[in-house]
Amino acid sequence: MNRFLPFWPIAASQHAQRVDDLIISFSLLIFCLTAPVFVLIILFAIRYRRGQPADRTHRPSGNVLAETSWTVIPFLLTLGFFAYAAFLYLDLGRAPADSLVIDVVAKQWMWKFEHPGGQREIDDLHVPVGQDVKLTMTSQDVIHSFFVPALRIKQDVLPGRYTSLWFNANRPGVYDLRCSQFCGMDHSLMVGKVFVLSQADYAAWLRQAGASGDLAAQGKDLFRDLGCSGCHDPGSTVHAPSLEGLYGRLVPLDGGRAVVADDQYIRDSILDPNRDIAAGYPAVMPTFAGRVSEEDLVRLMAYVKSRGPATPAAPAPEPRP
Amino acid sequence: MADYVTLTDPYAEPRQQRSADFMGMYVFLGAETMMFGGLLMLVFACRLAHPEASADAARHLKIWIATANTAVLLTSSLFVALGVAAARAGHRRAVASLFVLAIGLGLAFLALKGWEYAQDFSEGLAPGLGPPSPLRANAAALFIDLYFVATTLHAIHLTVGLFVLGVAAASVLRRRTIVPDQAVVLEMSGLYWHFVDIVWVFVFPIFYLARG
Amino acid sequence: MTVAAPLLTPEERVSYLAAGSTLRSWLLTTDHKRIAILYLVSITGFFFIGGMAAAMIRLDLLSPTHHFLTNEGYNRTFTLHGVVMVWFFLIPSIPATFGNFLIPLMIGAKDLAFPRLNLLSWYIYVIGGGVTIYVLIAGGVDTGWTFYTPLSTMFANGHVVAAAAAVFIVGFSSILTGLNFIVTVHKLRAPGMTWGRLPIFVWSHYATSLILVLATPVLAVTLVLMSAERLFHLGIFDPALGGDPLLFQHMFWFYSHPAVYIMILPAMGVVSELVAASAHKRLFGYWFVASASLAIAAVGFLVWGHHMFVSGQSRYASVIFSFLSLLVAVPSAVKVYNWTATLYKGDISLDPPFLFAMAFIGLFTIGGLTGLMLALLAVDVHVHDTYFVIAHFHYIMVGGAVTGFFGAMHFWWPKITGRLYSLVWGRIAAGLIFAGFNFTFFPQFILGYLGMPRRYHVYPPEFQVWHVLSSAGASILAVGYILPFVYLVHSLRHGRPAGPNPWGAAGLEWTTASPPPKKNFLETPVVTQEAYAYPVLEGRRG
Repeated sequence: MNRFLPFWPIAASQHAQRVDDLIISFSLLIFCLTAPVFVLIILFAIRYRRGQPADRTHRPSGNVLAETSWTVIPFLLTLGFFAYAAFLYLDLGRAPADSLVIDVVAKQWMWKFEHPGGQREIDDLHVPVGQDVKLTMTSQDVIHSFFVPALRIKQDVLPGRYTSLWFNANRPGVYDLRCSQFCGMDHSLMVGKVFVLSQADYAAWLRQAGASGDLAAQGKDLFRDLGCSGCHDPGSTVHAPSLEGLYGRLVPLDGGRAVVADDQYIRDSILDPNRDIAAGYPAVMPTFAGRVSEEDLVRLMAYVKSRGPATPAAPAPEPRP
Repeated sequence: MADYVTLTDPYAEPRQQRSADFMGMYVFLGAETMMFGGLLMLVFACRLAHPEASADAARHLKIWIATANTAVLLTSSLFVALGVAAARAGHRRAVASLFVLAIGLGLAFLALKGWEYAQDFSEGLAPGLGPPSPLRANAAALFIDLYFVATTLHAIHLTVGLFVLGVAAASVLRRRTIVPDQAVVLEMSGLYWHFVDIVWVFVFPIFYLARG
Repeated sequence: MTVAAPLLTPEERVSYLAAGSTLRSWLLTTDHKRIAILYLVSITGFFFIGGMAAAMIRLDLLSPTHHFLTNEGYNRTFTLHGVVMVWFFLIPSIPATFGNFLIPLMIGAKDLAFPRLNLLSWYIYVIGGGVTIYVLIAGGVDTGWTFYTPLSTMFANGHVVAAAAAVFIVGFSSILTGLNFIVTVHKLRAPGMTWGRLPIFVWSHYATSLILVLATPVLAVTLVLMSAERLFHLGIFDPALGGDPLLFQHMFWFYSHPAVYIMILPAMGVVSELVAASAHKRLFGYWFVASASLAIAAVGFLVWGHHMFVSGQSRYASVIFSFLSLLVAVPSAVKVYNWTATLYKGDISLDPPFLFAMAFIGLFTIGGLTGLMLALLAVDVHVHDTYFVIAHFHYIMVGGAVTGFFGAMHFWWPKITGRLYSLVWGRIAAGLIFAGFNFTFFPQFILGYLGMPRRYHVYPPEFQVWHVLSSAGASILAVGYILPFVYLVHSLRHGRPAGPNPWGAAGLEWTTASPPPKKNFLETPVVTQEAYAYPVLEGRRG
């Protein structure tokens, strides 16, 4: 790539290639629809300018067939592109079930990454090539946005919520990561690098980055240290919902509604327990807002998930839209 | 009488001018509807998303004060409507008296509202001020916050309405506005007051009747 | 040898300009023409303020890392640029100046429906502008013109509530102007001026006024809620208190998308007039163009979610917004085709109004087509919040709306002032604006696709060449914008008298003197012809 005058970004995934194909072919279409207009305007300005003799008889001031055609036909031609673009977009929201899940916490003005084995990174992200990678993201403060131009992906990262993105990089290399939702003073410094490594290099990196015990094990320690087990473990005198097989299950709520126990539900239960009270249980759980950090939440979440869905074959549910 | 307006430029005919005045006021009230409508739609969405929390919050509202206020405001609109009719008939003093009665009722509304706010405050419902909140769920706090925003906005519009009615009534009494020749002034004031009333008619059920 | 222009022509002596020369007669005027000039002066002032902010931005972006603004200072600068340009220049620009001046003239009326309300609108604008100047002097605000929560409500350091108040205030100016226009068009048309004979300029302003009246109040309540949250920590948009930051975005864009149609529809109306007048020919497809204005206004209310494709909103909602966003482009395309068809077999004068109209069509079309690209979901995921979007909306707002404003200035200047200006300089300015604009903003499409995010102060060094090109273009553009101020003001004293119809254009405004008398027409016109009834008896120049 020409570093002096770059013109087009590298495409580091099949999705990126498809987006490029889409915009290039769409540009061709609209060029074909527009160039005649520009050419005609210039032609008419020359041919029919004042003082230029030309045939100005029978000047039309309307033509319903022309109007209908140029209203309907260009629109219909764009519909195919609309549909393909929508398909690619919806696909971005459906991570494959076997994705490598990496947790992302954004804060002013840095990116924090947690690999499933407990490896942590700041601003840089190492991933293996040819592997589906799913990012589960939240923010500690304002809205940020995770943007990797080479992969053509972007997703806003919100406080109080999880959003997700997935990709499969097919070209080893180093690619820029940039925050792309204005987040305050050092927004333009909230950048990093995505290192796409071969499988062997990634395995080596994992080893040297030092697994600090997997996230679920750390979550179990937190569960005990924060006192959660005092109510939620069997044998407790407090009537609190069991967490065994909770993740992914339908939970009946006070008032007749029911929700799926997904990431958002677990998070809300810890930070805002009175929001959705499980049916048949007293509203006595205290809030842990301010006592747990985003990283703690990632570990607690991993622990709850490790307590398993009721049927191991049940796929993990998507975060609530 | 000439259609209750005094013809001025740029109009050619009184009927045209009066028609324009009415249209202008309706367009203005349409804009106001978009503002209150946006806010009330927000509250409605809150109620749909968090029915239990909204109902819990609504039970902390003073429904009897609000019911009294509804009666007060509807009656004031009655007086304003009668005043407008009096203006069309040319009864100067009747117009002033009726409008003053309506203003009195409007002030009564504000007094009752103030009493209600004082109670809300002492119970800790006011956001960030006063004693701690008795509400548990965040959605309930949101409902109450929106109640304060909506009723404050309404009260501000009502206060503006009191000035409008007051200026109109004074102007009629001092013969600066002649009735029935310039009754359109009273008609326009009346339309604005009725709008304030209609907003309350929506605010009342959306908040106070959410208690379930 | 030219004859020296008289200090005042006979028409000027009885015109609206001569009817009272005290400051009081201007500041307490209810004449729509004088109010238009009051607006012209004030929005020009804000154009310069916003332009200075733009100059500072482009200067600072010459280098990737060496700057004279701090990061925080840069953020306040681009926020000022957005707030001032959107609310204090673009939204009032054409409607409050040319709409105010021309609508009564075009429909054969003596004034707008509510002349005193018109003056009040201007004072509200000035008060809002005053609060903005206070915000600027007090140090500014650093949230971007979009005020996203929770940054604006909980983390921003600047004068957020004051800025919100300024915008809230000026919103009422918009609403009242729109109200005035709607009632005027309904109630004050001259005898024979049916809806089907209205110039497209009037149709465009009517459609714009519908948006002004219906959308601006939603902005008002959004700003109130945002300010209340910042002051009282309410928790409407704060997730820690159970609120939803996305709610702010929905409410904000519900207004702000229709707002962009407020900014472009009047310019499209101007272009319809410029094209027909330059071609000396009836506008092609009158009813299609008129309905297109209304269609843009209506469908424009349904597409706000296209600003939020990656925000975390429902992906299925995004699909619907994408479809509707492609649909809303159709009526704009219809207009472009109709303008082109109008030129066919025309009798075209290549004067500044025509050149500005052509510049508009070229630049607006590029902007609109890139809008189609943004409407494609997978493409938007890549280019959202990058310089691609900046380029897109500047092509429409500046290449479109501002060019339309300058085109209107060059067309109706003789009517407003009674003086002719130098056509040579006018053509030079049009050319400089067109070239400078493309140099400034076309590189930004490339920067955006490469992945340069918007609102970035520090950037990767490989982007520098494009930024330098863009800043160089901006300097040409600046010259192009400053030039008209020189030769137009010069014409006030030294220009030849214009006469009632120097362009030989159709339209009621060209049947009265230049400048018009205070009550617009010596007698109320009676309209017997369709709109754009060419050929028109050629007005002698000077």
